[in-house]
Amino acid sequence: MIDNAIDKQDVLKIESLSKTYKSNAKDLTVLKDVNFNIQAGETVSIVGPSGSGKTTLLGLCAGLDKPTNGSVALFGKNISELDEDQRALLRNENVGFIFQNFQLIPTLTALENVTIPLELQGAKKVKEKALELLDRVGLKDRANHYPNQLSGGEQQRVSLARAFSNEPKLLFADEPTGNLDGETGDKIENLLFDLNKEKGTTLIIVTHDLELASRTSRVIRLKSGLVVSDKSN
Amino acid sequence: MNWSFLFRTALADARTQWGKLFLFISSIVLGIAALVAINSFNENIVNDIDKQSASIIGADIVVTGNKAIPEELAEAIQALPGEKSREQELLSMAFVPKNEGSQFVRVKAIEGNFPFYGKLITEPASAAVDFKNNGTALVDKSFMKQFGLVPGDEVKLGDQVFIIEGKLMNNMGASNLGAGFAPTIYIPFANLASTNLAQPGSIIDYSYFHKVPADFDANIWKSENRRTFSNESMRIRTIDDQRENLNEAFNSLNSFLNLVALVSLLLGCIGVASSVFIYVKNKISSIAIFRCLGMKSNDAFIIYFLQILVLGILGSLLGAFIGSAIQILLPKVFSDFLPFTVATEISWSAIGQGLSLGLLVTILFALIPLLEIRKISPLRTLRTNFQEEGTGRRDPLVWLCYAAIILCLTVFLFTLTGSIINALIFMGGILIAFFILYMVSKMIIWAVRKFFPRNWSFVLRQGLANLYRPNNQTQILLVSLGLGTSILSTLFIVQGLILENVNAMDAGAQPNMILFGIESNQMEDLKKTTRDFDLPVVEEVPIVTMRIEGWKGRTKKEWLQDTTVRVRRWAANRETRVTFRDTLDASEKLIAGNFVGRIENPGDSIFISLDEGYAESLNVGLGDEVVFNVQGMLMKTYVSSLREIEFVSMRTRFFVLFPRGVLEDAPQFQVLVTKAPNEDVMAAYRTSVVKAFPNVSVVDLSSILTTLNDILKKISYAVQFMAGFSILTGLIVLLSSLILSKFQRVRESVLLRTLGASRAQILKINATEYLLIGVLAATTGILISLVASWLLVRFQLDFDYKIRFLPIILVFCFVVFITLFIGLWTTRDVVNKSPLETLRKDV
Repeated sequence: MIDNAIDKQDVLKIESLSKTYKSNAKDLTVLKDVNFNIQAGETVSIVGPSGSGKTTLLGLCAGLDKPTNGSVALFGKNISELDEDQRALLRNENVGFIFQNFQLIPTLTALENVTIPLELQGAKKVKEKALELLDRVGLKDRANHYPNQLSGGEQQRVSLARAFSNEPKLLFADEPTGNLDGETGDKIENLLFDLNKEKGTTLIIVTHDLELASRTSRVIRLKSGLVVSDKSN
Repeated sequence: MNWSFLFRTALADARTQWGKLFLFISSIVLGIAALVAINSFNENIVNDIDKQSASIIGADIVVTGNKAIPEELAEAIQALPGEKSREQELLSMAFVPKNEGSQFVRVKAIEGNFPFYGKLITEPASAAVDFKNNGTALVDKSFMKQFGLVPGDEVKLGDQVFIIEGKLMNNMGASNLGAGFAPTIYIPFANLASTNLAQPGSIIDYSYFHKVPADFDANIWKSENRRTFSNESMRIRTIDDQRENLNEAFNSLNSFLNLVALVSLLLGCIGVASSVFIYVKNKISSIAIFRCLGMKSNDAFIIYFLQILVLGILGSLLGAFIGSAIQILLPKVFSDFLPFTVATEISWSAIGQGLSLGLLVTILFALIPLLEIRKISPLRTLRTNFQEEGTGRRDPLVWLCYAAIILCLTVFLFTLTGSIINALIFMGGILIAFFILYMVSKMIIWAVRKFFPRNWSFVLRQGLANLYRPNNQTQILLVSLGLGTSILSTLFIVQGLILENVNAMDAGAQPNMILFGIESNQMEDLKKTTRDFDLPVVEEVPIVTMRIEGWKGRTKKEWLQDTTVRVRRWAANRETRVTFRDTLDASEKLIAGNFVGRIENPGDSIFISLDEGYAESLNVGLGDEVVFNVQGMLMKTYVSSLREIEFVSMRTRFFVLFPRGVLEDAPQFQVLVTKAPNEDVMAAYRTSVVKAFPNVSVVDLSSILTTLNDILKKISYAVQFMAGFSILTGLIVLLSSLILSKFQRVRESVLLRTLGASRAQILKINATEYLLIGVLAATTGILISLVASWLLVRFQLDFDYKIRFLPIILVFCFVVFITLFIGLWTTRDVVNKSPLETLRKDV
């Protein structure tokens, strides 16, 4: 009963969200009055054309940025009321990331990249856990390789292992297959959904790829900063 | 805070790039090396002064004066327990019969067993004692070498010929700098009379040396007797005084050396700040990832701070090691300035001081760019070109760093100069130089953008645009190279001007020989000899020696005891050499009162003319009464005029000028000034004079010039050695900056190569950029040096300023060439290899 109650909580609650960037000539509003909730366990795609505000929305949802108006409540906490370090702590304890350009730290090995979120948590048996995840993504034997010694697909697999290493409740993926060829992209997709299922993580994917979006339970469509549709698959 | 994780991450992140990272920190190595070397050298000097003071002064108590000890003081001297020795020292000509050579020398006639501590080093060693018993001479090694003499040869001093007992290898109590002008010859005291060199009017220094028993306190004796002796123009020195004097003298040298080291350190620190700035820029994406994964901003800062700290420590240790090695060289560089030998021991306190100051300043400079890490937003993981809000405003902590740097340096300067005003002036000077260079670089970047020559060729436009494009090195290179250039250029300009001014004394019809110590009855014969050589008698000056007895109604003693009035002791106590004439000469300018050239009737008031500065030293003005003791006879005079004397040519100058009609019958000696057309005539005339008139001394300008040239060369060698630290640091900053800019530029160079740019085109683009940077840095540095040297020459050295183009052009070419060379050398990788190979390796 308790688990179910938690499961049905809103892990993310967006209310009247808007974001405006100040530019030299005039202000540029990228998001306008966006509202939606995402419950634990959901898999959601945010789709839309270039410039529709997808990445901005992801940044706000993940607590990487602050809204101009409205609120973002992540696990019940309004991120506007948190300072940068409190938001970092919130991310470290609850959130995982996968990026289009992998965002591995080039000077650290694959293993070290995966251990960072665990180390930040002060977790025990960090190396064992990281190796287990690298094994899960099929890269245990490449654990001591640096990112520039890995292919794009391999780098994204390391990124997946890192994203799941802190057992996040919510995983953000920004165009996770955008930089990969079709076949590699498919493998990454499968791995992402498999891991998501195994760990029971809430997943939010920002993508152009409608095929990828079709694999999620819900699709939020953005156009010119506005939510134009929010449908379940 | 998980320190273990932060430290491990810092190490892991740095692991693959220690080489590159070390380059960032390399620029401080020499700065710290300079500090450690100089501090070690200084500590060794202080230790050696402590150890060697006794052997430098040679006795426990030394009483000196320019007259024999008066009767009333002789008793106090006689009462001193222990061993005694005495010396008379005068300047004279030495004649070498073997090859008919002559040279102006310092004759020291010595009696007793001086030096009681230390020893005269001679070849053969036994000569140091034997010359006293054999009535022979010890002759300075440079004199022996100059005339090709060996022990057993002869040297004539005045009327007496001495056999040379041995070669004198050391110069007791003095540095070697003056030895070239007047080398020392020791003779036994008993033989001085037979030379007939000690004549009325001769300038003789008298020294009385005492070795007292260990339980006798020389300092107490000095404090009890100092005033009585000083009232009679006699000075007492003890071993402690010697130590203090040497320490004071070398404090100035040490301050100068430390200032040079500080400039090197500052240049290095600027290099570090610039390198760390670029390093942080390269690390932005990694930092954003850390932040995105939940790392606190302070933790991210600590990771990179730890890296720089470790590197700073390593760099400082290397600097300390190199500094300790360099300090072995310093005693050699400065050997001519030091009257004693300096040990080359490792000084742990100097290493500690160099390390702590170096590390502190390095970290403060590195903190300025490092603090920016705290502001890097995790949003950069999603948008690489994201700009954090408020980056235009300076972080208060950055201002705190600037304040801490200025405070640290000012405190350090204060410890060097001992004066807060001087420390602030020097700090202000550094800040102004930095500010000028910084503003010039800003203006250049602005001007290149504003007036960009769009119709130039692609290659030139690319090279020019590199001056202002993102990640440009214009500012850092202009500041570091410009500062180095200005130091080098100032040095050359001032050195050249000093030599030029001295050489100018020899120009045209200016006299270049002075003969002094001439007795009145020798004058006619000497004039004849002069005319026989076809030389003019430019000046013929009678000189009467006298002492000041009192002025303005009080005796000299009363004036000197009065602590409420500032009277210069040297001015009151000196034996005054006075001449008399009825006109002022060309080098004199009347600035107050009326010059009286002649007294018509005996018994009339005597009106004298004083040098302005001398009058001030005595606290005397127009109309004041001054009483002189002219060889036993008191003479009351009145000051009727004040003169300003120009010291620009080789002529006689007198602080006190009497009118005609007063001193004509007083015991006097003569001075003759002449002008020889060349060195050969000078040498022949000198030899002829010394042979015929052994008591007459001949000083010629060419030997002074040679000595001065020699001294300046030695000084400039030492200064250049030290300035070398700054220049070398500047070059290392240049090298590291250029290598860093290579990392910055490699992508665009490779892209240009990929798009079909030829090797020559890439080289030309880079050459244009580095040539411009070199030219701009050299020009700005030289402009600063022109102002600095003008200020120095105008206010410190007080002579005419003229721009000398040759050294400026040389410095300019050197800086431009070295910038271009290092710039192109760092580009060679990009142009010599295939684009793909470079891309894989560097990007």
